[in-house]
Amino acid sequence: MNAIRVRGLVKAYKGHQAVAGVDLDVARGEVFAVLGPNGAGKTTSVEILEGHRDRDAGEVSVLGVDPARGGREWRSKLGIVLQSATDAATLSVREAVRHYARYYGDPRDPDEVIDLVGLTEKAKSRAGTLSGGQRRRLDVALGIIGRPELVFLDEPTTGFDPEARRQFWGLIRLLASEGTTILLTTHYLDEAEALADRVAVLAGGRIVAEGTPRTLGGRAHADATVRWLSDRGHQEIRTSEPTKVIADLSRHGELAELTVTRPSLEDVYLELIN
Amino acid sequence: MITAVASKAAALPSLLSLGLARGGTELREFFRQKENLLFTVSLPALLMLLLGTVYVKEPAAAQMFAASMIGAGIISTSFVGLGMSVVADREDGTLKRLRGTPMPFTSYFIGKIVLVFVSSLFEAVLLVVVGLLRFDLELPSSAEKWLTFAWVFSLGVVACSLIGVALSSIAKSTRSAAGVLNLPYVVLQFLSGVFIMQSALPESLRTAGSLFPLKWVCQGFRSVFALDDGYAVMEAAGSWELGKVALVLGAWTIVGLVLVSRTFKWSNTSR
Repeated sequence: MNAIRVRGLVKAYKGHQAVAGVDLDVARGEVFAVLGPNGAGKTTSVEILEGHRDRDAGEVSVLGVDPARGGREWRSKLGIVLQSATDAATLSVREAVRHYARYYGDPRDPDEVIDLVGLTEKAKSRAGTLSGGQRRRLDVALGIIGRPELVFLDEPTTGFDPEARRQFWGLIRLLASEGTTILLTTHYLDEAEALADRVAVLAGGRIVAEGTPRTLGGRAHADATVRWLSDRGHQEIRTSEPTKVIADLSRHGELAELTVTRPSLEDVYLELIN
Repeated sequence: MITAVASKAAALPSLLSLGLARGGTELREFFRQKENLLFTVSLPALLMLLLGTVYVKEPAAAQMFAASMIGAGIISTSFVGLGMSVVADREDGTLKRLRGTPMPFTSYFIGKIVLVFVSSLFEAVLLVVVGLLRFDLELPSSAEKWLTFAWVFSLGVVACSLIGVALSSIAKSTRSAAGVLNLPYVVLQFLSGVFIMQSALPESLRTAGSLFPLKWVCQGFRSVFALDDGYAVMEAAGSWELGKVALVLGAWTIVGLVLVSRTFKWSNTSR
């Protein structure tokens, strides 16, 4: 059974269709990234899956349960990482994590979780005094304290500095290696490429492409561009057979500044959403 | 390991134990918010000092005045305080986070009841202490009076908390909530015999005040703190009307419950 199965999901606000017929399958243990520009319907879709929003039409099953009817048992298997919370400001990191641990039947050890997210040195600091990146790591700690089978991360690294993002990625990989299913929304393509097993691109409330980061949008089979420098200046050939092209060219000698490139994930993505 | 597997599925904590855990955390946060303690919780005590200096010329007046101020004080912590705390929970993400956990709404609410009872008791004790030190307040000596104090306190706190939470649904932010909650609170203090004796008000204003809980909480407390029951003649009706106090507060509790169950929102965004 898939962790998430969605068919024909529709949600409209005042006549505007925010989600216009989405189908989605996420296998257990998979890291799945939903990419898309602002207003593409990412957050709405995720909130429907979390059971925080009603839907207008479609079938949704999350861990075998319809989110609109999910009870406490179901909730205890989910981990939701908030993206802009400032709650529990006067509690220390340890107090907050311990408090949330009490909600679950079989929580992780609070100190282990604090260590896992790299906040051991800040365990006694109040949440309100943490930096942006530290605060988001506390949010992750609170999201995974209940030993969830499925974790939702909605744009988790927005506003992070590069080092904090790398640390955060390590944390996600660690969770994934333990078998946790992860649904991630992001508009950072490198993030999707670094973390996700599979990627879907959402635009205008519809999924316009789906696949692994390497094959998305026919990327693996797209024409390659061969570039080199000759005495007549920079040369460029688009071809489906770059190996053959280079073999032919190299018969006349060494090729200066030779490169073979395929469209980056970003090129594919920008083409898909426009 | 069969037991471990079985207990994993069944081991979600009970509503009550979760509610008490919430209450403990709510209180911890309440007493750590120094600005709130300094400026909001101490406001009724400050008003009591200032107004009392003008109004209180004899011991009997001190008793009546202190009783009314205690009534106004606990409504500040329940109606205004709780309403504000729910709006803050909505604004800072607390409610959104809780909704994503297996913690049921009932437990959240039990936590708020713990918070509001302890903070209101704290407020009442603070006001009694100010009364004792500044106005030689005499505490009631009979168990019967204290019993009346206990039920008026409990019923008043519950009714006003519920209305506060219901009203807080209109407010989009803590900034607007301060206005939404304080306006009725301040106006009601005028209409309910806190700042001015109700018998000094015109009929229409007196009737308006009598529709709301504050008047009845204060009247109940005056019956507790009055030097003797002869002072009941100073009430608008000429008696303490304790039956009516229970009736009105009970009715508001029911109205509040209905309103909260109809209007409570987990977040500011539409569904």
